[in-house]
Amino acid sequence: MTSQIQATDLSNMSLARRAWEIRRKAVRMGEVQGQGYVGQALGVADVLAVSYFHAMTYRREDPEWEGRDRFLLSIGHYAIALYAALIEAGILPEQELETYGTDDSRLPMSGMAAYTPGMEITGGSLGQGLGIGVGMALGLKAKKNPAFVYNLMSDGELGEGSTWEAAMSAAHHKLDNLICIIDFNDQQADGKSTEMLCAEPLAAKWSAFGWHTQRVDGNDMAALVAAFDAARAVTDAKPRAIICDTLMCKGVPFLEAREMAHFVRVEADEWQKALAVLDANRPE
Amino acid sequence: MSTNRNYDPHRKWQPRTPPKSGEAVRTSAMIASLAAEGYETVSAPFGHALVAEAKRNDKIVGLTADLAKYTDLHIFAEAFPERFYQMGMAEQVMFSAAAGLAREGFLPFATTYAVFASRRAYDFIAMAIAEENLPVKIVCALPGLTTGYGPSHQATEDLAIFRGLPNLTIIDPCDAIDVAEAVPAMAAHDGPVYMRLLRGKVPSVIHKHCPDYKFEIGKAKLLRDGTDALVISSGFMTMRALDAAVEMEKDGLSIGVLHCPTIKPLDTATILSEAGKGGRLVVTAENHTRVGGLGEAVAGTLLVNGVTPTFRMIGLPDQFLDAGALPSLHERYGISTAAMIRQIRGWL
Repeated sequence: MTSQIQATDLSNMSLARRAWEIRRKAVRMGEVQGQGYVGQALGVADVLAVSYFHAMTYRREDPEWEGRDRFLLSIGHYAIALYAALIEAGILPEQELETYGTDDSRLPMSGMAAYTPGMEITGGSLGQGLGIGVGMALGLKAKKNPAFVYNLMSDGELGEGSTWEAAMSAAHHKLDNLICIIDFNDQQADGKSTEMLCAEPLAAKWSAFGWHTQRVDGNDMAALVAAFDAARAVTDAKPRAIICDTLMCKGVPFLEAREMAHFVRVEADEWQKALAVLDANRPE
Repeated sequence: MSTNRNYDPHRKWQPRTPPKSGEAVRTSAMIASLAAEGYETVSAPFGHALVAEAKRNDKIVGLTADLAKYTDLHIFAEAFPERFYQMGMAEQVMFSAAAGLAREGFLPFATTYAVFASRRAYDFIAMAIAEENLPVKIVCALPGLTTGYGPSHQATEDLAIFRGLPNLTIIDPCDAIDVAEAVPAMAAHDGPVYMRLLRGKVPSVIHKHCPDYKFEIGKAKLLRDGTDALVISSGFMTMRALDAAVEMEKDGLSIGVLHCPTIKPLDTATILSEAGKGGRLVVTAENHTRVGGLGEAVAGTLLVNGVTPTFRMIGLPDQFLDAGALPSLHERYGISTAAMIRQIRGWL
């Protein structure tokens, strides 16, 4: 049977368990390469669990189904996290995670549309996802398609002027079918985002740009569920922003405690340690 | 209708088999060794050269768009924190601000990745910097195919983009010596410069083959002579050409190498003189698409001046390149030393 999956119908597995599965798969992919953006993946796992297993509508066997909610990964380097979610959602086969980042893999380090089922756009040149999302949201409205467009971006991308062009454009066109998720882990290549080019007060900025804006603890499942529900339910003719304050490396305390970096160092013997920490804390 | 217009049936939807246990895997995390074994490396030659130059010239300032650590500018930032501006992930305002600093009498060195300078900030560089002929030095890591990360970070067409810009001097250094010697030359040059950066541990190659070599803006240098073919190269392809020449000499082939680190203005006199000697194949070699880079610049110069040797080009194909391990990609796209040797042999 073809299933128009409301993600909530997928199973009775808890969202906390889904997030755990995403974290575990991301760490396994990191181990393949001996490195990866695992800090970001661990931090954003809860956001992805709520997106793919609570909020979004899609068909696992047909990732390009016209009625699906679109999920844009503007932050291409977060692909390791999205692959984990796509595997968990049944869109990608689990065994493929062992090819992560290798030659000719469908799972390159940076997410690209031509490579991976379920990867809507080629991200990685930061600051482009939201603008593409504006066009897709306009297109969906023109087609009278009720799907939502979700754009996942990072706090670093707030520095790009293109982000604010897109923000202004989305509000001008009253794109109430566009939901922008900002993963605020306060970390970018050279250091803490707030010390590179400070975007605060961030919620006030998005509100001033004409967006329905919420700011939540991005590692608090109940808060995320409430925020995603509100973003879809409000009737304001405005685009919706959900600023998610997340903790890099969330769920693996010895990595959480490490001096934070864009590219968190994980020693060869630490991948299995990280998995052991996760395994000792598996939610039901 | 597929939403993915660059849909590739050979890649997409075809599940990949995981590598067998114990099988050697090549991943995009591999740091490519640009040089063959046996060359020494120099750590962060750009950062250290800039610090040395900044001690002599207090007008030098540094700017970056969230990539100090990845362009070796952190060395300068640590030495001169009060002369360093972290602009955040905002390349457009970084180049506009560099123009503003230059207008106030400073000598800005602004760093990012080559893709972001050439693609994102082009109009800002064109109008705020080049049109005004301001002495802003644009120094960009990851030129051409120097990362396996995929097209978002592979600046395979940066030279083509920038060659069309009046006033802009373009430098494509080969090794640590070139990078280090280019810094004072750029500072002394009264105008905007774009330099492709080799970062981190950079091999020192040319002096091993040619101890008297010195970098000069606008000069091509004959590093070795040869009677069967002349390779005109820039960037790390000069390393490849030197290694290829040594290897082919074992088979009795005599390959010359003309290193041409300044892409613009091109050293037409030297190129015409060397290519015009006749009796040998002329091959250009560049870490760049064959569209609009060194190869076409040389070809145009030769044809306009009526110098017409047998002429071939080595460079990247006109396509968005794969992600993967850099050694695999250099081989796949014909810019490894082995691939260079195969191509030249085929043409001789």
